Amino acid sequence: MAQPKRVPLPAILLANDLLDGDVVFSTGNGWSRNPAEALIARDDAAADRLEAQAKADFAAQLVVDAYLVDVSIDAAGVPTPRHFRERFKTLGPSNRPDLGKQAQYASAHPH
Amino acid sequence: MYRYDQFDERFVRERVAQFRAQVKRRLDGSLSDDEFKPLRLMNGLYLQLHAYMLRIAVPYGTLASRQLRQLALIADRYDRGYGHFTTRQNMQFNWAKLRDVPDILGLLADVEMHCIQTSGNCIRNVTADHFAGVAADELEDPRPTAELIRQWSSLHPEFSFLPRKFKIAVTGAEHDRAAVKVHDIGLRILRHPDTGETGYEVIVGGGLGRTPYVGKVVREFLPRRDLLAYLEAIVRVYNADGRRDNKFKARIKILVHEIGTEEFRRRVEEEFAQLDGPTINADPEEVARIAAYFAPPAYEKLPAKSNAYEAHRAANPAFATWADANVFPHRVPGYAALTISLKAIGEAPGDISSEQMRLVADLAEKYSFDELRVTHMQNVVLAHVRQADLFAVWQKLCEAGLATPNVGLITDIIACPGLDYCALATARSIPIAQALSKRFADQARQKEIGPLGIKISGCINACGHHHIGNIGILGLEKNGVENYQITLGGDATENAAIGGHLGPGIDAKDVPDAIERLVDVYLAQREDGEIFIDTVRRIGVTPFKEVFVAKTHAKSKEPENAVA
Ligand code: SF4
Repeated sequence: MAQPKRVPLPAILLANDLLDGDVVFSTGNGWSRNPAEALIARDDAAADRLEAQAKADFAAQLVVDAYLVDVSIDAAGVPTPRHFRERFKTLGPSNRPDLGKQAQYASAHPH
Repeated sequence: MYRYDQFDERFVRERVAQFRAQVKRRLDGSLSDDEFKPLRLMNGLYLQLHAYMLRIAVPYGTLASRQLRQLALIADRYDRGYGHFTTRQNMQFNWAKLRDVPDILGLLADVEMHCIQTSGNCIRNVTADHFAGVAADELEDPRPTAELIRQWSSLHPEFSFLPRKFKIAVTGAEHDRAAVKVHDIGLRILRHPDTGETGYEVIVGGGLGRTPYVGKVVREFLPRRDLLAYLEAIVRVYNADGRRDNKFKARIKILVHEIGTEEFRRRVEEEFAQLDGPTINADPEEVARIAAYFAPPAYEKLPAKSNAYEAHRAANPAFATWADANVFPHRVPGYAALTISLKAIGEAPGDISSEQMRLVADLAEKYSFDELRVTHMQNVVLAHVRQADLFAVWQKLCEAGLATPNVGLITDIIACPGLDYCALATARSIPIAQALSKRFADQARQKEIGPLGIKISGCINACGHHHIGNIGILGLEKNGVENYQITLGGDATENAAIGGHLGPGIDAKDVPDAIERLVDVYLAQREDGEIFIDTVRRIGVTPFKEVFVAKTHAKSKEPENAVA
């Protein structure tokens, strides 16, 4: 079977919480609202596990719109999405630094 | 303004209960995401980048003070203390939680509001001239017509699953402030040239988005009694013949374009002739009942000019500046309509805090017969203020940061939420608006430049109406970076026009300089009293293009020059 197309690794899994809508990140065995706690998949096996979690937790009515996002990793080990669209998802509206993750989590500050 | 009857009230309440049950069933797994999505969209609930977004219908932009106060309460209790007015005269909350939405809908129902048909492939919120019932150039108030259409189109069983969304706008004035020519259907109330009878000019197939078109006149004069049957015929033809194979070709504008105006008219007239008009058209008694809700308020008899107003103007240059830009003449002597700009310098267009909502509601209650309007320009109008009260209103607005004197000027920018919120966006809009607003903040310069509309969209869907901006800005992505295409010569008025491209897209940081160069061309070339769009019409796009392309080209050459 042909491999489904996957984003380049390393990658993280993000989604929206079904009940709250908040952007959440897979920690490997659950979901966190803090982007710094995202599990970083560095190989296909890890990415497979994240995708399996995405499927299971979507089916369990926990999250919606879950997908892998390719990231770069800074010196402190914090992942940043490579694409600006997902970068905003890990930060919040750029015109309102008082809102979203950028206001809540120190590690989410723009790079 | 229109008040719900028992039927409306019961219906909206039932919908709230229904949605509450649907959310429950989604959470316990008895509804799948695929099943639930269209249900939440039918109730105006989208999933955006950071959260759910709830879009609340404001029929033809008219709000009572108590409704705006309720929106403020919702903003504080369930959102982040602010809301956003859209180009469809609606309000959006950006941080709603699914768990709270049934309660929010309940609070809306308490003040005769809802989110029904603010999304989905149905007939959306009907928009109208924000100076309805006020403007001197108005033949007839468009709101009774808009309300009639709202009632006809609400849950119309045949039109709940159209090929695509469907937008209708109405104006009763000579000067088009409702952009009727770029709607799926635009209606202009006019007088028959021979009989003097009032009726409608029916314009079909306008629209923005991927393929922008100015609408075509399908009926030059439609007698008023035939309105609903004729609309029914149009939407029927569209429903049957509109394309469902391709989302991007599914709007009625594509059908009109593909089969031609003549053929489209023929099909509509044929359908219209077959319809049993009297069973569809509204009962004249019902029309009169609706119209009575829009009867003019109890104006006082006042002199045409207020001495107090003139004295305040003379004594306070800042007030005079604001009044020059934001006050619109009222047809009743001694009154004025005023626009509260939601375009403070450096802020996001159309955003309003809950505190500001309460203040505006109080002002409307005290000074403007308890009623206000949202404009498609993302501002708010107090439609009936005594001239003598303008100074007091202005002072209150100043305290709340709501007295920006820029209505219709270069910093009165329309911008969609773009990539700061919207899941469909390809680039941000708000920071571009903020940068331009700061660049042109100087009041004297704005006045010198005069009327100039900049409109910004964060993707090709064109919610920010960029095609009809005198200067339009479209945010796209190029090689992983936000990139902005500039268009020139668009016009949202009765002279509707789609702007033309100036050249290749540019980086965000280069946008203010590029716009400034365009403005400079205008200032250098304009004739006495000529506004921006008229100069563009007279001299054409070429002089602007030359400056734009030359500079853009020079910029892209810079690294090579540096090496050489
Ligand atoms: S124009 Fe595009 S980015 Fe802007 S609000 Fe509409 S869909 Fe979103």
